[in-house]
Amino acid sequence: MFRQRRLSDFSAEIQSHIEMETDRLRAQGMDAAQARATALREFGNRAVCEERFFESSPSAILETLLRDLRYAARVLRKNPAFTLVAVLSLALGIGANTAIFQLVDAVRLRMLPVKDPQELVQVRLTSMQKVRGSRLKSDALTAPIWDEIRDRQQALSGIFAWGSMRVDIGSSGETREIEGMVVSGGFFPSLGIQPAAGRLFTDSDDRPGCGLNTAVISYAFWQREFGGQASAIGGKLAVNRIPTEIVGVTPREFFGMEVGRSFDIALPICSMAAFPGRNLTKAGTVWWLTVMGRLKAGWNLQRTAASLQPLSAAVFAASLPVNYPAVSVSDYLQLRLMAEPAGTGMSDLRDEYTKPLWLLLGIAGVVLLIACANLANLMLARASARGREIAVRLAIGASRRRLVRQLMAESLLISATGALLGLVAAQALSRLLVSLLGTQGNPVFVNLDRDWRVLAFTAALALLTAILFGLAPAMRSTGADLGDVLKSAGPRGSTERTRFGIRRLLVVAQIALSLMLVVGALLFSGTLNNLMTVETGFRQTGILVAYTGFSGMHLPEGRVASFRQELLERLSAIPGVDAAGDTDTVPLSGLSTSNRVWLDGASISQARDCLRTHIGTGYFEALGTPLLAGRAIEPRDTAASPKVAVVNEAFARVVLGGQNPVGRKLWVEATPFEPSAAYDIVGMVRNTKYEELREQFAPIVFHAESQNPVAALSDAYLIRSRLPMNTLIPAVRGVFQDVEPAIRFRFRIFQDGIRDSLMQERLMASLSAAFGILAGILAAIGLYGVMSYLVARRRNEIGIRMALGASRREIVIMVLRESGLLLGVGLLAGTALSLISAKAIATLLFGLKPTDAGTLLTAAGMLALVALAASYLPARRAANLDPTVALREE
Amino acid sequence: MSTRDDKEQIALLQGTLDLLILRTLVFGPEHGLGIARAIQKQSEDVLLVDHGSLYPALQRLEGRGWLKAKWGTSDNNRRARFYELTAAGKRQLTVEAGQWRRLVAAIGRVLGPEGAEG
Repeated sequence: MFRQRRLSDFSAEIQSHIEMETDRLRAQGMDAAQARATALREFGNRAVCEERFFESSPSAILETLLRDLRYAARVLRKNPAFTLVAVLSLALGIGANTAIFQLVDAVRLRMLPVKDPQELVQVRLTSMQKVRGSRLKSDALTAPIWDEIRDRQQALSGIFAWGSMRVDIGSSGETREIEGMVVSGGFFPSLGIQPAAGRLFTDSDDRPGCGLNTAVISYAFWQREFGGQASAIGGKLAVNRIPTEIVGVTPREFFGMEVGRSFDIALPICSMAAFPGRNLTKAGTVWWLTVMGRLKAGWNLQRTAASLQPLSAAVFAASLPVNYPAVSVSDYLQLRLMAEPAGTGMSDLRDEYTKPLWLLLGIAGVVLLIACANLANLMLARASARGREIAVRLAIGASRRRLVRQLMAESLLISATGALLGLVAAQALSRLLVSLLGTQGNPVFVNLDRDWRVLAFTAALALLTAILFGLAPAMRSTGADLGDVLKSAGPRGSTERTRFGIRRLLVVAQIALSLMLVVGALLFSGTLNNLMTVETGFRQTGILVAYTGFSGMHLPEGRVASFRQELLERLSAIPGVDAAGDTDTVPLSGLSTSNRVWLDGASISQARDCLRTHIGTGYFEALGTPLLAGRAIEPRDTAASPKVAVVNEAFARVVLGGQNPVGRKLWVEATPFEPSAAYDIVGMVRNTKYEELREQFAPIVFHAESQNPVAALSDAYLIRSRLPMNTLIPAVRGVFQDVEPAIRFRFRIFQDGIRDSLMQERLMASLSAAFGILAGILAAIGLYGVMSYLVARRRNEIGIRMALGASRREIVIMVLRESGLLLGVGLLAGTALSLISAKAIATLLFGLKPTDAGTLLTAAGMLALVALAASYLPARRAANLDPTVALREE
Repeated sequence: MSTRDDKEQIALLQGTLDLLILRTLVFGPEHGLGIARAIQKQSEDVLLVDHGSLYPALQRLEGRGWLKAKWGTSDNNRRARFYELTAAGKRQLTVEAGQWRRLVAAIGRVLGPEGAEG
């Protein structure tokens, strides 16, 4: 059959054809030379014929490709400066895109590292809106509800639940918290996870009354804490000071169920009964368990969801907590279950960062586009420099397709090299990004192994960029009129005018796109600045937060309040401490409690949701929040004295219509833990932020912790001091250890917590600024290139003008006017683009409209300045032309 | 060159060259120049085979498995590449010849008797 045939064989055949034809013509009487010439002429263009042979044979296509690439490599090696600029700018652009895509992939697209993740569904409420109590996680259920679902459902094969809990493994007073996962017995079997060592939990580990006996640790924790030694299995670990046996290790690739987090230790749900504080296994108002299951073979989501529906009524009837607030009981009974796909796991990180990440990917994409425009400009310049070479090759019979292919090979080689370098750079970049996302109290773990999706994305980018910056120049440079190019004196042919149009267009596009990015950067940094300087109602600097736990002290119920007060006094007495106070809810820590509140005399139907905080004495002083009327919580407010409350200005404005609240009485609706009660309003303070910096000031009711019917066994002390933190912390630690060795505590600097809460804003501001600057520089380079080119092209004309008496100043102005025109059109287009894309970022901004005119003007001004600087150099060069030299050139 | 000036010649229609090559090779193995001259002769010098297209066409037909080729020696002792019809090539010839005849007949019917254009 058909064998691969080489070109030499084909050429030999043509050679033999020509010789036979020559023989024939000589036989007809021609002389040797004439016969040969005639035979050659009759055959026509051998090169074209061989070319066609090449294109027809499959192996030849590969061979041409290799030849093209070899040729391209040679050409690029000969232009090291061009190659370097091109490859580096692409590496940067593709690297940035890949890095961000890697995050999108890890956070958004990747499936969980478990068996058949696409079969997983989450069972959750159709709406969390009407539930009461503490929601520790989004879309979570309570333990009693989980028990009912597990025992009743038949729609899923393998159902399981888990929650997250920080676990203390410290052995001295200062706590050492690690990330804990609290799982049901079916968790590991249903997910199909095999132990890396020892065994994992089964149903027999998760039985009521199990106590804190067994723990499974993660591979990373095993390596970190025990050096991966087998002896760790069977050993004991102090979990909340209870010695707990380590029974096994999860495999290396299993990071948990939550993207953006990893876990160190897993405990069975039943062991929560042995934890200090409320018994979570019985708490009907703590929403902390995520419930998932596996679809049965052949069942789809609809069928599963449909068979869960009728279950709802029974589940909620059976799990109704006895002390559930009466007004909410009917809401509870009407809760409904649903099922949704859960193969990519749960993620708060995903919820928070999905939009910023896609946005950043878009921004990085625009930067790449601008870089491509620069490269296209460079390629065009090179193409016109090579115009004659290309024309000659076309003239001697190279087909246009062939030449385009060859020019594209160069582009591909550049973009592929850039992509490879970019892939390497992306790894470092995405690691940096992830480390930026994590905070002290909330480390972020993201699996950044490159998967096929990342590689495909990068390859697609390489191909796309090659087409973007290579195809148009290649088509143009081979489409020129041969005669014109060959006849023209130099590399500057008459086709320049149209080609130049593209270059101007590219520069205009670059300016427009960079304006959009600069506007975005300014908006994001403005947002960050607004949030950092927004009025919070309290001091942020010089305050240390000490989170404490008293559960290990076995204090009698009546002693807690007085112990708290004693501790506070000891802390206030530390030399250098200006004020100290305590609270159950540190502002801006993300915690939030609210309940319905109404005025004495008003009906409950007029009640409105108010935020609540329990505080001790000294709280407002420690935070520097001014008292506007009445008094603060004082030591005389005890469990025995009348219940008091302090409210803020917003409360007076919203609930009382601006009247002085002091002396009035308010009612708070019943909760599962306290009956409805009335409080005397004794003071009013300045408005403060509560949960996050972005919120509007809302009504807050401050209660006395000493009058809290549920004695909390934890407290947060706010300590304001002039001392540097590294002197203050040891002093406070000394007090704790001196007062009571069984006290548990950990420190957090107040300001750090606030700074961490601005992580997303800071990330957006710094990344968009980096991209904006990059875009501006690239656009400036583009403009510089085009203006230099324009000046070079018009040397002759400029020479004539100067010879006719134009001054240097006039020449500079002429060139600047030209670039000013490009700039103006670009800025106009950019303004339109910015206004159109503004909607996409509106929700991420604070204190700024996305169409802020000042921002737009600033951005335009900045770009104009850079652009003018970039075109001033070519303008000066034009003005310094020697007319006699310029005129002689032609 | 003499033949070209004498008569009106027709450049080959796209795709017809393949058919003519297959048909020519029915008489036995032949090299490229021989095929070109055979077509020219058989068509009484009306059809002119462009040598530049001939060899790529031969290459293409060989690639499809309709021809096979081997190097041999020509009548006047030149080395030449001889082409031969394969079984698949014979089948292809029947198909293409049939198609061509139908096409010609159909076009003929549309055009009508000679002189109908006037």
